[in-house]
Amino acid sequence: MTGRGLKTLSIATVLFLMAGFALVFLWVPMDADQGFKQKIFYLHVPLAIVALLGFIAGGIEGYRHLRSGDRRHDANSYVFIHISVVFGVAVLVTGAIWAKASWGYWWVWDEPTLVSFLIVFLLYCTYYPFRYAIEDRDRQARYASVFAITAGAFVPLNFMAVRMAESVIHPRVFATSEGGLPDSMLLTFLVCFVGMGLLWITLVKTEMVGKKVSGQVSRLRRTLHDDGTGGGSVGGRIAPSVESN
Amino acid sequence: MDERPVAATDDAADAGAEAVSAIRLRRLSREYGERLALREVDLELAEGETLALLGPNGSGKSTMLRILATLLRPTSGEVEVLGCQLPDESWKLRGRIGYLGHEPLLYRDLTGRENLVLQARLHGIPGDEASARIEHDLELLEMSRRADDRVAGFSAGMRQRIAICRAVIHRPTLLLLDEPDSNLDPEGRELSRSLIGPAEGRTRVLVSHEPERAIAEADSVVRLDRAGRVEQTDHNLRQGPAGSGTPG
Amino acid sequence: MTPSRSAFAALLAKDLRTELRTMRSLPAMVLFAVTTFIIFRYGLDRTTLSGSLAGGVLWTTLLFAGILGINRIFVSELEEGGFDAIRLAPIDRTVLFTSKASALFIYLLVLEAIVVPVFALFFLPDWSALIPLLPFLLGANLGFAVLGTLISSMAVNSRARDLLVPLLLLPLVVPLMIAVTAVSAGLFDAAGPDYEGFGTWLLVVGLYDGIFLLVGYAVFDFLLED
Repeated sequence: MTGRGLKTLSIATVLFLMAGFALVFLWVPMDADQGFKQKIFYLHVPLAIVALLGFIAGGIEGYRHLRSGDRRHDANSYVFIHISVVFGVAVLVTGAIWAKASWGYWWVWDEPTLVSFLIVFLLYCTYYPFRYAIEDRDRQARYASVFAITAGAFVPLNFMAVRMAESVIHPRVFATSEGGLPDSMLLTFLVCFVGMGLLWITLVKTEMVGKKVSGQVSRLRRTLHDDGTGGGSVGGRIAPSVESN
Repeated sequence: MDERPVAATDDAADAGAEAVSAIRLRRLSREYGERLALREVDLELAEGETLALLGPNGSGKSTMLRILATLLRPTSGEVEVLGCQLPDESWKLRGRIGYLGHEPLLYRDLTGRENLVLQARLHGIPGDEASARIEHDLELLEMSRRADDRVAGFSAGMRQRIAICRAVIHRPTLLLLDEPDSNLDPEGRELSRSLIGPAEGRTRVLVSHEPERAIAEADSVVRLDRAGRVEQTDHNLRQGPAGSGTPG
Repeated sequence: MTPSRSAFAALLAKDLRTELRTMRSLPAMVLFAVTTFIIFRYGLDRTTLSGSLAGGVLWTTLLFAGILGINRIFVSELEEGGFDAIRLAPIDRTVLFTSKASALFIYLLVLEAIVVPVFALFFLPDWSALIPLLPFLLGANLGFAVLGTLISSMAVNSRARDLLVPLLLLPLVVPLMIAVTAVSAGLFDAAGPDYEGFGTWLLVVGLYDGIFLLVGYAVFDFLLED
């Protein structure tokens, strides 16, 4: 992942997001049942889907890291999860806003998807204390990959279990399932989804570039100070660095 | 029972060479955090010979031993031990090397005997043969009586004796010894020589803090400096069964 | 290579023998569970429990008691030099995973054998729910054991060992907990065991165990490298 194309990507992201915003507020018709507050779904759902895909992608990169030993996959995994966690915060906040608007409470347990997402989010939050608790760099990367894989396998299981719990206890139909959406809403949704996806990719790339630069700096520093007695920055960063090969 | 190990006939070894190479290192490097513990180390050791590995604290001696024992992966460079390329062929090598590190690698809540039985089982040694070997080695190191006590109650010297038994229970052809005499009284050192001292067909890498003693037993000496580089190498220091050069 | 079966037997025997000798984990787990029941009795101000409340109290207590055992499962390996003896042996390293998970499974079984009757004694009007609960106890044990071994093997090498295990394990066992508490709510129903959803939830537990067994089996080898 290099900085190439970052500018084009950012522009595309902004365009799509602006288009989405315009569609949501100026064009798409109001939802008959829920009214204005339904519009937050155009933000909330794409954020959620992109975040979850990001988590699973983090697991895939973790797997590739274990297979190949190439540290770049570990760096990818780390950044994917990081950005997805940030998106996760946005998901929970928008979810809370919607809950407040719909029921008057900032949190409801009745929405299985939201609850599932909370659990997944909490799990991925533990990624950081877990990573930083392991000092040896190689081992840290390997264990992080194992975590990413385990957590990735966990995501679908979790959604399934929570949904089942709700359906057994509170049978209800989730109102905004995509199957029933009229065309205008579908289009708006897709535009927002693409916009969020692009945003995710842009943020990931930005972070990767940042890491690469700091990786280069620390390597330069190491060669400068290296007189064999380990005088370089020993207590350095704990997060993975990007080595250019 | 004749306990001297027979020289290995290894399929992978080069049958035509005169002195079969037990260890071959080429530009071995190993990272440790942000610095290098070992730096481009070249080394060769023939079968049946003893190598003394010397150097100040932090020069990477223990690290090198652990890499040879397949416990650590090299960061770069080539490592060939008993004909196996590490780290890819590590699995082939286990069971043929005996490692004695700083830790005795004994379970504290098991007795000395139980530890050795466990080791034997992990190495796939059949029950009768294992018992015989265990009794023989315990007898040799004069630990037979205390071997049924829990390791947790042992003194450091006793622990080391059991550790030595543990390291050679499977009669390995290559011994990697990290300060094997530590914690041993002079009697213990003498007793352990038959199990881990120089012998016909026994290849050894010895790390010691007593350079004179190590050099006296060695066919080759490698000295590492503080940066993990090879500082000095001496070969064929003594007239040994495998060495053919002149001493000094 | 030493055949896995004998290596497995040797390692499992070692763990069980150690536990029998030192009693490091089990008494603490049992004591913790029983004390927690007493706290629940006063905290909830109830002397009988039924339905979802009974399920919740029982499973939460078992979970936290289990974590005590999970924390300790690799301590002996760590003490003796960090897994080196295992790593030096010519064995398939996944055997360590299966032997530890089996040991943990057995500890949980013993825990439940003592604690579940105590729970029934304290809180249940009759014991008719306990037999149908059995497959879920076993299924949950398997899930805890597998995940607990996986996480413990990673946490044991870090400084924050005791914190890390619950931190990582708790979110991961949520689906399992959902399944067993949901079915327990029916089984502990005041009017007599209600079997609605029994099969489905059993399937969920089975799926959960299967997936994490596969994941654990596949990745464990990488955890022992250096």
